Amino acid sequence: AAMELPLSHRSVTRAAALAAHCACYQRGGPGRGLALRAVRRASRQDIDDVGRKYHLELVLEDVLDKDSTVNCTAEVLYHLGHKNVAPDVQFTIEGELKNTDEADNIFYNRIKSLEIELVAENIPDSHGNISPEMEPIHLLAWVASGYVIWQNSTEKTKFQLAQIKHVKQVKRSDEYLEFDYVILLHEMVSQEIIPWQMTVLWHPQHGVQVTQDSRQLKHASE
Amino acid sequence: MKILPVFATLVAAACSEQLFVGDQVLRITASDELQITLLRVLGEQAELQVDFWRHPTSPGLPADLWVPFPSLQAVKIFLESNSISYSIMIEDVQELLDEEKKTMTRSRRIQRSTSMFDFASYHTLDEIYDWMDMLVDDHPSLVSKIQIGQSYENRPLYVLKFSTGGSNRSAIWLDTGIHSREWITQATGIWTANRIAEGYGQDPSITAILDSMDIFFEIVTNPDGFAFTHSSNRMWRKTRSINAGSHCVGVDPNRNWDAGFGGSSSSSNPCSEVYRGPYVHSESEVKAIVDFILGHGNVKSVISIHSYSQMLLFPYGYKKATAPDYEELNELAKKAVTDLAAVYGTQYTYGSVADTIYMADGTTIDWAYENGVKYSFTFELRDTGRYGFLLPSTQIIPTATETWPALLDIMVHVLEHPY
Repeated sequence: AAMELPLSHRSVTRAAALAAHCACYQRGGPGRGLALRAVRRASRQDIDDVGRKYHLELVLEDVLDKDSTVNCTAEVLYHLGHKNVAPDVQFTIEGELKNTDEADNIFYNRIKSLEIELVAENIPDSHGNISPEMEPIHLLAWVASGYVIWQNSTEKTKFQLAQIKHVKQVKRSDEYLEFDYVILLHEMVSQEIIPWQMTVLWHPQHGVQVTQDSRQLKHASE
Repeated sequence: MKILPVFATLVAAACSEQLFVGDQVLRITASDELQITLLRVLGEQAELQVDFWRHPTSPGLPADLWVPFPSLQAVKIFLESNSISYSIMIEDVQELLDEEKKTMTRSRRIQRSTSMFDFASYHTLDEIYDWMDMLVDDHPSLVSKIQIGQSYENRPLYVLKFSTGGSNRSAIWLDTGIHSREWITQATGIWTANRIAEGYGQDPSITAILDSMDIFFEIVTNPDGFAFTHSSNRMWRKTRSINAGSHCVGVDPNRNWDAGFGGSSSSSNPCSEVYRGPYVHSESEVKAIVDFILGHGNVKSVISIHSYSQMLLFPYGYKKATAPDYEELNELAKKAVTDLAAVYGTQYTYGSVADTIYMADGTTIDWAYENGVKYSFTFELRDTGRYGFLLPSTQIIPTATETWPALLDIMVHVLEHPY
């Protein structure tokens, strides 16, 4: 039987954050990122020999246009006992997301036409600044990190992208854009800052894809 | 685009009143390495007297070039003939300066010397310590600075005391920056301390509070960590104490307090971000506060300010049990977050630490609560993760502004419910 949960309970906010990251990964791009705005309803169900399933009703917002929100229903199933299995996340988004074709094409053409591959560091900088030119690069990392976060989440974790340490464009002969990122993930429960490498592919029509990722070691000074 | 540095840069460049009529700043984007080289060469032409405010470093990233009026035509012809794309960022530098001068003169007339301080930027430790002295100078009968101890690396631990007199009055303790990477907290602390000082005699609530009670405010609670976030690692959280037998440095100052110390919600591993330390109050930064509060004997509220998550929390963190004052603390938290949301719509959640964020042992507010300080709260300021610790400085004043009514609600409640 499903049990209603108080909306501000830590288990709810963790499951909701995870669902939002997944929705963002599936639907986001350099011109659109989705973030959790609010939890409207939450319940939980223990399934014998399987795990724990959360039913959530969420509101997601477009990070570039806070007035643009959509409703989302999600189910998050954390598997019992299996530490290395990603949770199952299913979600449905109600309503239309803003069309970003124009911005996507501008970004796509701008990067495709660079003679020298793009390289950048520390986005945002220490003061939280992101230059307008780097916004799509940051948003792309935000979206792609949704995949890494999903793959590494448990009921006892809550991840966010803390910073892009380093990003380098990798030129391809096909139509895709490829970026090699080293990001810092912040895990709220342990408070750890975890460097993570991810290879991200993007194309305006084909969405975002993380083709490779690996957790990095922290340096002694950190 | 920042206004203040524009003025500062040009004032630095000209000792006397030099006119910049017709000068422009161009935003130039080189598309390849050749263009980068051409731009560098352009910058080196002494007779043109151009100056890069943002240097050309790599293709695709903008460079900003100040061009004096006499050189404009030559520079633009050069750029156009080499197909280097540019746009005019500032059409007339003198106009911009005239505007800026007007704004600064205006703000100087309204306030006094602490207005030279830019509350909308993040500052270094030295700048904050200098500002504290300015605040005391500006409000000598209200504000004093006391030193409660020293950090591991021997930096002074300063507390601002707001008092209108009396002897050992009931007091409210506020701290920011115990976790050094949470920069929005020290920045909010500065703004808030200023607001308290300016508010006495003007704002009825703060006047009523200070007429009966004292406020103690430690703005940089972890100065070693804070200096480290500036010099080496922006994401540093802990103190900078050396751990015997480990290459890892630092103890989590919010797991080092004697309340549920040593539980499973902190770590015994010095390399962990939630390392509790070798024993309770091992950190001089923590011990100084413990000694101060116990020595004072009349502290009625402890409000410890952190970021991020947008939450207002109260005990317990170290156990799931409901605190004896749960109902009252919960109602007060609810009121405070409602008043916070009324400012800009920022939504906070509230509840006990254990229920709302995570189990955590050895924390400041659990210690305070178990030592008789009923009104013990932790704020987690903006945001919810979009920028996290790297909150843009443009959000400093909005964050401080919205948090103020919530702080006032708690302080007024403390005033009206003596115990």
